[in-house]
Amino acid sequence: MNIIVVGLSHKTATVEIREKVAFSPNQMQKPLAELVGLDGIIEGVIVSTCNRVEIYATTRDIAGGIARIKRFLADYHRIPLESLDQHLYTHHSENAIRHVFRVASSLDSMVVGEPQILGQIKTSYGYAAEYKSSGIILNRFLHKAFSVAKRVRTETKIASSAVSVAFAAVELAKKILGDLSDKTVMLIGAGEMCELAAKHFLNSGARGVMVTNRTFERAEKLAEEFGGEAVRFEELFTHLHRADIVLSSTGAPHCIIGPKDAEEVVRRRRFKPMFFIDIAVPRDIDPKVDDVENAYLFTVDHLQEIVQANLAQRSLEAEKAEEIINQEIGQFHKWLSTLEVTPTIVALRTRFDEIRRGELEKTVSGWKDLPPDAEKRLEALTMAMMNKLLHAPTAVLKKAGQGGRVDLYVDALRQLFELESLQHDDRELELEE
Amino acid sequence: MIQIFFYLTFALYGCATAAYLVYLLRTTPQVGTWANRLVTVGFATHLLSMIHRFSSSGYLPITNLHESLSFFALTIVGSFILFERKYKVTILGAFIVPVALLMVISSSVFPSAIRELNPALKSNWIWIHTIMAFISYAMFTIASGAAVIYLIQQHFLKKKRLGALFQKLPSLNTLDDINYRCLTIGFPLLTIAIITGAIWAEKAWGTYWSWDPKETWSLITWFIFAALLHSRLTTGWRGKRASLLTIAGFLVMLFTFIGVSLWLPGLHAYK
Repeated sequence: MNIIVVGLSHKTATVEIREKVAFSPNQMQKPLAELVGLDGIIEGVIVSTCNRVEIYATTRDIAGGIARIKRFLADYHRIPLESLDQHLYTHHSENAIRHVFRVASSLDSMVVGEPQILGQIKTSYGYAAEYKSSGIILNRFLHKAFSVAKRVRTETKIASSAVSVAFAAVELAKKILGDLSDKTVMLIGAGEMCELAAKHFLNSGARGVMVTNRTFERAEKLAEEFGGEAVRFEELFTHLHRADIVLSSTGAPHCIIGPKDAEEVVRRRRFKPMFFIDIAVPRDIDPKVDDVENAYLFTVDHLQEIVQANLAQRSLEAEKAEEIINQEIGQFHKWLSTLEVTPTIVALRTRFDEIRRGELEKTVSGWKDLPPDAEKRLEALTMAMMNKLLHAPTAVLKKAGQGGRVDLYVDALRQLFELESLQHDDRELELEE
Repeated sequence: MIQIFFYLTFALYGCATAAYLVYLLRTTPQVGTWANRLVTVGFATHLLSMIHRFSSSGYLPITNLHESLSFFALTIVGSFILFERKYKVTILGAFIVPVALLMVISSSVFPSAIRELNPALKSNWIWIHTIMAFISYAMFTIASGAAVIYLIQQHFLKKKRLGALFQKLPSLNTLDDINYRCLTIGFPLLTIAIITGAIWAEKAWGTYWSWDPKETWSLITWFIFAALLHSRLTTGWRGKRASLLTIAGFLVMLFTFIGVSLWLPGLHAYK
């Protein structure tokens, strides 16, 4: 049995393509049913996020399975396969296992170490489990992937540092102000990065937002969006002391907050520390503000530096993570290959026994003056022959099952003796776990 | 036999100090957990050695420099363990536990023999007076440890050097909280220690205040922390200035405790 992966991601396809191939999360029953209905596909899971669409499946026929899944992806989304094919990557066997472990551990993510992907795969697996498109192998496989991801998370520091400017700002704020739940953010001006940072602050528990803008309507609109309070630009300094975090990105040609202002504001705050983030170019906040006691000024460049350092740290940690994954692949692959030893032996015996019985029947039924105990003797003879013939291959297979790399034998036996109709008993295998 | 717990304490504080310093410089969280365990066990053996000494001498073991330094270390470590639990500031151990270790080391320099007690010390006031004084000293030690870290963190923030050490040390806010908490516990205790000391002095020597060097320097310590607490409460002083003043107060306190005993003869000097 083989695990195969067919998919595309931010590395191989643009967002336009990814959108076309995405599966909508609340309608997973139909595609999952179609997937496992494909010829030769036994189990299937569909992972669909904004950065990747991937299908994990088990099959005996690697090439055929991959081809059919590609065709399924194209047909389901009504895209010509010729245009889709160039964006698709495929993996099978050990590489498929490695790929899924890496994806779950967030090593293949756009931002390495970002934590969302694991949750997304869990959700996708949830659908597959709900609609019973995944079976014993993929169940075990994905649970293994989750545990590998957890191990990577706890044993490396891959996800411990902020790698976006907005997150770096939040982390830094916590280092200065401690718990953010009683802290207020003041947003001066507007701008994508500013708003993003404000959102991050609110998500991290900040109590509230004040928004000011030269156009008051704009401030009101933004304030409404954040559930905050709009402040007139002229009244900035009557409200500034209430803010613990100041995010500034106006298009003003001169600085709007100078060291004197900052000193005054900090004094009004009874010297509680204040965190200024200047996102504007040219700058909104005079660099001398940083010299004011209990005022801490950071610009985007400073935050960018932190992010760069964290990214460098992450790539070091990613190497450790690959190491962990390599260990885990070996273990899982071994389990996967031993999975088929017993059913193969059973199938082989059944096959031999069928032939033996058939031939015995033929011989005995056409034999007129058969001595009374001859049938018994013939039975014993053929049984002994069959057992002797099967003894060596059975022993080799069992032994190989303990050492890994058993799939070669299993595949060879399957093809040599045409054991295709074989089905393993799920319950029995689950007991083995 | 009497010294066995003392030497055990000595070894455990030494190991804990090493572990805290490793924890400070390397990024392995397990080391911090082990350091905490070591220091807790060290505290227990230290306490046992104190109890042992108390039961064999019959008086509170703070009558000479050996005993006092050891007792000071005990209160510092005890307070640190409590603050570590409350504020989750394992890293503070790298700044506090070495101080306790130094105290234990220097205490072993002084003679440790149990002697006949000075009659002036045979009073129940010794309990309240000295225990209050020692706990307030421990609080100021913790406060100045936090103050040192505050200055380091502030330096990193102002210079925009936000490396691994910056990430590991606590937030400014936590450090300031610790400083304030120590001050609000330590200052009233110091006040009580001075007042009960005066009452005891009246009973033992017939005068409330005799401007003996220890008394004078205690009063200076008291004034520094009073000024700090006052400006914190009225104008909201905090951060760098509060940290500097805390450290100044701690140094004066240390001089009151050790320097006065060694170099300025008076009624309080350990004989």
